[in-house]
Amino acid sequence: MSDLLEQYSKVVGEEAISHLRQLASKLKGMKVVHVNSTREGGGVAEILHRLVPMQLELGFEARWEIVSGGADFYDCTKSMHNALQGNPVSIPDRLLKNFEDTNQANAEKLRPVLHDADIVFIHDPQPAPLIRFIPDHKGKWIWRCHIDASQPYRPVWNYLRRFVIRYDSSVFSLAEFSQALPHPQYLIPPSIDPLSVKNMELGEEEVRSVCIEHGIDPDRPLIVQVSRFDRFKDPLGVIQAFKLARKFMPSLQLVLVGGTATDDPEGEAVLAEVRFAATEPDIHVLLLPPDAHRAVNALQRAADIIIQKSIKEGFGLTVTEGMWKGKPVIGGNTGGIRLQVIDHHTGYLVTTPEGAALRIRYLLQNRNMMHEMGRKAREFVKDNFLLTRQLREHLTLMVALTHGAEDRIDLD
Amino acid sequence: MDGNGNGRSFNIKDCALSAIATGVRAHNLRELRDHMLRIHPGSIYYHFWGGLLRPRFDEREFNNDFALWLHEAHGLHDETLAERLAVVDPSEYADIEQLRFQLIDIMSDRLDESEKLRLTHADKPFEFIRSQIVVFDTGFRISSPEDLARTARSMTPSSYFFHFIDSRRRTPGRGNDFCEWLSNYGPEYSRLCDKLREIDPYFISLAELKNSILATFDDYFS
Repeated sequence: MSDLLEQYSKVVGEEAISHLRQLASKLKGMKVVHVNSTREGGGVAEILHRLVPMQLELGFEARWEIVSGGADFYDCTKSMHNALQGNPVSIPDRLLKNFEDTNQANAEKLRPVLHDADIVFIHDPQPAPLIRFIPDHKGKWIWRCHIDASQPYRPVWNYLRRFVIRYDSSVFSLAEFSQALPHPQYLIPPSIDPLSVKNMELGEEEVRSVCIEHGIDPDRPLIVQVSRFDRFKDPLGVIQAFKLARKFMPSLQLVLVGGTATDDPEGEAVLAEVRFAATEPDIHVLLLPPDAHRAVNALQRAADIIIQKSIKEGFGLTVTEGMWKGKPVIGGNTGGIRLQVIDHHTGYLVTTPEGAALRIRYLLQNRNMMHEMGRKAREFVKDNFLLTRQLREHLTLMVALTHGAEDRIDLD
Repeated sequence: MDGNGNGRSFNIKDCALSAIATGVRAHNLRELRDHMLRIHPGSIYYHFWGGLLRPRFDEREFNNDFALWLHEAHGLHDETLAERLAVVDPSEYADIEQLRFQLIDIMSDRLDESEKLRLTHADKPFEFIRSQIVVFDTGFRISSPEDLARTARSMTPSSYFFHFIDSRRRTPGRGNDFCEWLSNYGPEYSRLCDKLREIDPYFISLAELKNSILATFDDYFS
């Protein structure tokens, strides 16, 4: 067994790895290409950093390519992202033209790879038009939407749909995100990598030292939200919840950990709003570089409770990360958070800052329950949201696309 | 015998299940009943059995998604219908179509009974999802019942799903592949099969199902 697969077998068991190898053997040698718009920042890049090496070890010719563009391209794709999550954003024709021109230029650059690939995974809206510029492609193309597109702003979705309908299938994280499309829409939740620097085990001393380095007292109660500085993550609502809870527990501390992603031009404006609202000394707003995975890991481990009070969320990998570290999660009752936070078992689902404050107070006063929820949360992630499960579902999808669309595919 | 080899050799198979959105949603009981008339048979299979192969919390008390949605606060929150749907055993029906009509009957009866339910809309719609199952041969061959008991330890949870649960849809007796194969040996293993048949896979995870089956083998062969 290869090194990487052997390491995974220690976490998920040899049976799960054996299952992957059996499935992969039916597809061995296939050329698989993933395309997204950034190598650093955000959940998609994090997944691809490990998914692609895993596919290589399983015998695929796997590659990861990115599309890149100028400021107008990222302004346009950020607006699309917001519109798919329901914001009524009008995108000027000038930006849409730039969006298509940028994709055309990237298509020319990537043509030799994409044209010959057996399977192409296109992640999110940024590279979605590539398919239009490589119409004579050989393999099956899959559009993977990581966004909560349950109630998209229709004019923008209808524009994007023109590209998406050209694909052989699409993948959404949840059924409620699926749309009216003329091809099969597979449901595959994303996952976390238990071996990554962000999720590996850390010693207690290191966790304490990271806290102290950032001015956090490791001996006082701590709640942590790790997210981009994005309005949909509701960082201002988290600050409001913290202020409400702190009235009852003055020693409470809050850390809002965020990073910047190269494809997110709005982050700085939201960060400024957060800093303006963070008026108390025990609110720590940390802007960490995209590769500060070890520090994020330590802060999540230092937390008593993980918060993810999003008002829209594709899946919420930071929820999964917190649960994997044995923490209960207080999460917004939206999107993929609902799939992970089982109310009263692995955490609580809330809809308001007041609701979040109530649950923070409750858990901090009921520590046995808090630890039991954390234990259940870790087990739930182990069984359902680790990378090996996502890879298995990708392999199943690839088998289905290359062996016909029957309900039952017997590979014998 | 599907899933098994010729004669007395047992081929261990494994499977993986894909979930596919149908785009069909029900907001109330009438819509649920009406969609049931036409929904893809793979969707009924998924909502009864697919739960065992997808993220779910082990303490879940309802064993099919229809009953669960009727029970949930965000669903229709009608305990009467939730309980009636929860006791439906899909393996009692010859095929998915018979199961479909039984579910429609139960829902229609409840619509006749409850005026309130005719007017109730759920906060969270029921999303019809269908399944696609990929079955593959692991290459492992079992030549004796004792060998089965030994090899069962290394079988994956999804392999148990295929041989113990999916088998209920495939085998003439709507049972499990292990007992189908053991019956080739005549009455010698009937006591073991009786014990295996007593294992109810509805309320336990696949890992727990595996443990129960292994414990049964251990008891029998020790």
